[in-house]
Amino acid sequence: MQSPAGAPLAPYLKLVVEVTRYYFDHNATTPVSAAVLEVLVPALLEVYGNASSIHRDGQLARQRLEIARRQTAALLHCDPKELVFLSGGTEADNLAIFGSVKAHPGARKHVITTAIEHPAVLNPARQLEREGVEVTYVPAGPDGLIHPDDVRRALRAETVLISVMHVNNELGTIQPIEEIAKIAREAGVLLHADGVQAAGKIPVDVKALGVDLYSISGHKLYAPKGIGALYVKNGTKLSPTQFGGRHERERRAGTENVPGAVALGVAAEAAASDLTDESSRIAALRDRLERGILDRVPATGVNGSVAHRGPNTSNIHFDGLEGEAMVISLDLKGFAVSSGAACSSGAVEPSHVLLAIGLSREQARASLRFSLGRSNTEQQVDALIEAIAESAAQLRHLSPTYTARA
Amino acid sequence: MSGGVDSSVVAGLLRRRGQPVVGLTMQLWNQRRLPELVPEGGATGRCCSLDDVYDARFVAQHLGIPYYVLNFEDRFEQQVVRPFIDEYLAGRTPIPCTLCNNFIKFDQFLDLAAGVGASRIATGHYARVGFDESSGRYQLRRGVDQAKDQTYFLFGLTQQQLAHTDFPLGGFTKPQVRELARELGLPVADKPDSQEICFVPNGDYAAFIDAYFRERGIAADRAQGEIVDTAGRVLGEHQGVHHFTVGQRRGLRVAAGEPLYVIATEQHAQRVIVGSNDQLLRPRLHAGQVNWISIAPIQQPVRAQVKIRNKHEAAPATLDPAADPPRVEIVFDQPQRAVTPGQAAVFYDGDLVLGGGWIE
Repeated sequence: MQSPAGAPLAPYLKLVVEVTRYYFDHNATTPVSAAVLEVLVPALLEVYGNASSIHRDGQLARQRLEIARRQTAALLHCDPKELVFLSGGTEADNLAIFGSVKAHPGARKHVITTAIEHPAVLNPARQLEREGVEVTYVPAGPDGLIHPDDVRRALRAETVLISVMHVNNELGTIQPIEEIAKIAREAGVLLHADGVQAAGKIPVDVKALGVDLYSISGHKLYAPKGIGALYVKNGTKLSPTQFGGRHERERRAGTENVPGAVALGVAAEAAASDLTDESSRIAALRDRLERGILDRVPATGVNGSVAHRGPNTSNIHFDGLEGEAMVISLDLKGFAVSSGAACSSGAVEPSHVLLAIGLSREQARASLRFSLGRSNTEQQVDALIEAIAESAAQLRHLSPTYTARA
Repeated sequence: MSGGVDSSVVAGLLRRRGQPVVGLTMQLWNQRRLPELVPEGGATGRCCSLDDVYDARFVAQHLGIPYYVLNFEDRFEQQVVRPFIDEYLAGRTPIPCTLCNNFIKFDQFLDLAAGVGASRIATGHYARVGFDESSGRYQLRRGVDQAKDQTYFLFGLTQQQLAHTDFPLGGFTKPQVRELARELGLPVADKPDSQEICFVPNGDYAAFIDAYFRERGIAADRAQGEIVDTAGRVLGEHQGVHHFTVGQRRGLRVAAGEPLYVIATEQHAQRVIVGSNDQLLRPRLHAGQVNWISIAPIQQPVRAQVKIRNKHEAAPATLDPAADPPRVEIVFDQPQRAVTPGQAAVFYDGDLVLGGGWIE
């Protein structure tokens, strides 16, 4: 589609936003924090050198890059040398999966992952299948948790990698990574954990967890989009998946994103420093929200385990309602929440995670995810409860046919 | 918002009037679902393609209105695609656009819009709606652009649905709408019109039905049958009644002295009956499930003009309330060619849409 040749498009009108925005979708992404912004702009303006250049402009960039690596490593409790900067969670997952499988010498290879992974893990796994690698998708229980015994049972002689997410993005459930790591270690199999939803929300110690590979993403912890990191345990064999210059110890070709890394470093430092206080504050807000919804709105319930859960996520089913309609209704009232997974058109498809833990398509479509973060306050939570009660009542009143009312 | 010119102009007009507007697109069908039907070079210009959603979103961004894509795929398959297939297999020729209007667009979609706080919906249909004080009814009229008039597909709308619906394009011709699109600076002003049934590529519904069955692992049982003339003589064979519609001439592959047309299809016997053009003429028909729009249900015979397919010129007729309402008997002044079960008979009084029903 094009405008007629030469004809200028009329200026865009500003998107109508007539209400105060309250953001409850921090698992999708987070706003850049003030502390990050403060270092980001000078990094963009002043640290323009190529970190691989020999001159002092390059050295300045390299210095900032390595400070950022140390800051980020501190959040994960690893050696800075074990951290590869890259473009984000998806790239980290892709590098971990393809890089470790390709590096393995075996002729027949088998990979274990789970049914509730993010598409950044599931789709690489499906691609591996197309390339002749066998993949087992371990199911999750109705509580949204992977059972280590299921992972153990899936092991084969030719298994080379296990990939299990640390915290589920839709339910917030914390997977038993340490127990799975024991199984992996005994079997001599590499373990990758997608930690995109864990870093900054719960304590992460990759050594204590016992993982070999661990993915994180900057924009889930108040750094900008376009920066992430992969922890690669010292000694882990990993083939590169993109080819170019010898950056990042030949693990990830491409000019280093120094401003991104600087931002991630500061974000990681901030996350580490107030993790305990902020987690308990957010958990209290999340519980207040959940109680409020369950008390005020009939026919609702929590999806997944309540006990084994990170502090910021709540996934609730509203029986008989369309989650999609709830998202729109709440958005028009000023609240950003989410439902299911966006397909390529932007329409909502039932969440594969909710289907995997045993919900019907209808129940999955009737579910909403609330994910809290730094900006949220008690007053916002109370306003959200109010809005949800109102939207649910309005949509239920009209269901199934609007005409019945008119 | 389909991403086409018409619905884009509707959004632009409402925005220009300063009304709070929300753009909505229904995702009805996954165009990549039956890949064997997608022509080389990919699907373009059909509803629900990524390009169309991109265009609709582009227009919404251009106008600065909130915009959402709604997933109606399950409901569309249940309430439009499957009945569409069932009808064909039953030897009728269905109109999926009307089913979509009756059960999706002006029903569940309207519900959803109301549920999220909209007082009304507006669509890009070429039709006019107004309230008539004397009868206390919402009335539906043909669009001013006779060539674009879409009232044939809207005969099922109820008073309640019309009460919450706007057709802002009803008073414009298509060239005027394109002019408005340019005036509004819309990036789709020169996009070609869509023509065919949105989920059926290239209008080849028989290929669609076959592909749908293959996808679902259902073999159309004993699809083959005989082509016979009106005296019952076997003239040839066919690969399934769903390949034929009343009035069709092409694709029969039987030799005869005079041109042959499909007169009827019999699903139970898997037979296609053919005959001469004259044998296609029918003086009367019965319409079922009649919905009355601009007038109350009739108690005695009423004169009207009746359209029996979208491209048909409305023919003078008398509507007779049958003994079993909501059925109506329609007696034409002149016999009409190719009265086709499954299509709609829509009743007009000039521009006014009186109502309509399904041809039995």
